[in-house]
Amino acid sequence: MALLKLEGVTKEFGAIRALSDVSFAIQPGEVVGLMGDNGAGKSTLVKIISGIYHPTGGSLTFDGVTADIGSPGEARKLGIETVYQDLALADNLTAAENIFLGRELKYNIGPFRFLRHAAMNARASELFAELKSETRAGDYVRQMSGGQRQAVAIARTRLSDAKLVLMDEPTAAISVRQVAEVLSLIHRLKDAGIAVILISHRMPDVFAVCERVIVMRRGTKVADKPIASSSPEEVTALITGAKEAA
Amino acid sequence: MAGPNVQTFSNVGVTKFWQRGFLASQSAYVLAALVVLMIVMSLLSPNFLTAGNLSNITRNFSFIAIATLGITLVIITGGIDLSVGSTIALSATVTSIVMGSMAGANFYPFPGSSLVLSVLAGLAAAGAVGLFNGLTIAKLKLSPFVTTLGTLSMVRGLVYVATQGRGAFPTGPDKELFLLVTAGKVFDVVPIAFIYLLICALVMWVALNHTAWGKHVFAIGSNESAGRLTGVNVDRVKIQVYVLCSLAAGVNGIIISGWLGSAPANLATAYELTIIAAAVIGGANLAGGVGGAAGAIIGCILIEVIRNGLVLARVDPYWQQALVGAIIVAAVLVDRLRSMRNG
Repeated sequence: MALLKLEGVTKEFGAIRALSDVSFAIQPGEVVGLMGDNGAGKSTLVKIISGIYHPTGGSLTFDGVTADIGSPGEARKLGIETVYQDLALADNLTAAENIFLGRELKYNIGPFRFLRHAAMNARASELFAELKSETRAGDYVRQMSGGQRQAVAIARTRLSDAKLVLMDEPTAAISVRQVAEVLSLIHRLKDAGIAVILISHRMPDVFAVCERVIVMRRGTKVADKPIASSSPEEVTALITGAKEAA
Repeated sequence: MAGPNVQTFSNVGVTKFWQRGFLASQSAYVLAALVVLMIVMSLLSPNFLTAGNLSNITRNFSFIAIATLGITLVIITGGIDLSVGSTIALSATVTSIVMGSMAGANFYPFPGSSLVLSVLAGLAAAGAVGLFNGLTIAKLKLSPFVTTLGTLSMVRGLVYVATQGRGAFPTGPDKELFLLVTAGKVFDVVPIAFIYLLICALVMWVALNHTAWGKHVFAIGSNESAGRLTGVNVDRVKIQVYVLCSLAAGVNGIIISGWLGSAPANLATAYELTIIAAAVIGGANLAGGVGGAAGAIIGCILIEVIRNGLVLARVDPYWQQALVGAIIVAAVLVDRLRSMRNG
């Protein structure tokens, strides 16, 4: 059974049709690359799956149940985590505070609930160790490098038992070494049975970790095929429109 | 974190203790300046370090400090509240009017009822202003500056309408009690308003540093969309900070009217500027994301110590305003130079 199934998803912003009739399915534990030029509709698609936008038409099925995802919080409850392109971090909070933002660990004293700083820092340190990232839980995000920020955003998705992780351009702004680390993390997510949708401009990344590639052009899906039977040249042609469909 | 997940950090240094936390904040610099200023003043004027003078200074900054705590919360979220001065007048007026009309109607169901009910009415009126500000800013997405500029005028207008410009004054069976709990002094030295201030500051410090709510306040000021994406109820937190800010202003209004023994309709006119100045001098950043309870109080003390010092030094008191302005710029400039140095 497919983990996530989109059927005829359409999204219009006024007169602009950002997505028209997009259908595809993601299997549990599958790593799928989502490619396309700027304005092809990748980000709109991601925002629909992560609950930020409502589709104008079509339906989503998650885990066999029709899903009407009203907010990022609801998506998270279903088991869909997202690493946003701008990372969605608060600079004035520490790494641990960012990871736990919106789902802090607390203890009760009477009617009041206070933060469990030590427990959150310890868990965050564990996550960074897992990611092999040189990031301290207690450091402020303000002082961090691009790679460390990326690690914080990715660590956030590991906090709960996600079934699907959406990654919007996770390797766009980080160092070569960090790219390798992010890619190996994607492998580890896959080993843990977590499906990943990787939105990327970087052909080598997609071909290194994905099993399947979906290509978008001007709001429609123009290709959906196994990596093994495609090539970077073909995908480039599909993205630019030199090749109509595959 | 000590324990099994200690990692090796090849090129990531540890931030030194003086480069982080309170010691690295603008509040700490301003506190240092305040200490130096107080030492200089005590050397220049034998009257400065007397119990009476310190008690007066404490009382005077307590008049605006609770409102400064409130506006600091709003400023941390990246907002502003220009209506605090008017809200101070509104809560003072409503408290006095309710107290007066209860006395007029001989309505005194239990001892202290006149005090309790009128203070609750004053706070409710202040809270309503905050609720209006918060709903308008969070739900209708109007700019905080314009919205609260509007309520500044509307609320002041209501105060004039309600009292026909004559103001009101606390009367009735609980009048003495009212003056005692607002303008009294503990052990004849410590103004009771200062005790309220310390309690409020402590609660605010705990809320900002040790609750999820506090982290949400900071997150909204730094990156509002990140807050939304991570499931923080941004609108609710915003409404809460505006209500708290107005309630804090309301508390100050009631305290001031107790000390004055009346609530003139022009009470606290232009106080919003002093209150915002105190918050900014104390380290709250108008761009959002930075601020704290200690800084707010330090800012209030600095302004009051300067005013007091000018009086003791027999300097024309009109210099005060010019000096406070210069200090706002200097405090922000020092912080800017520091952050340029640290990158």
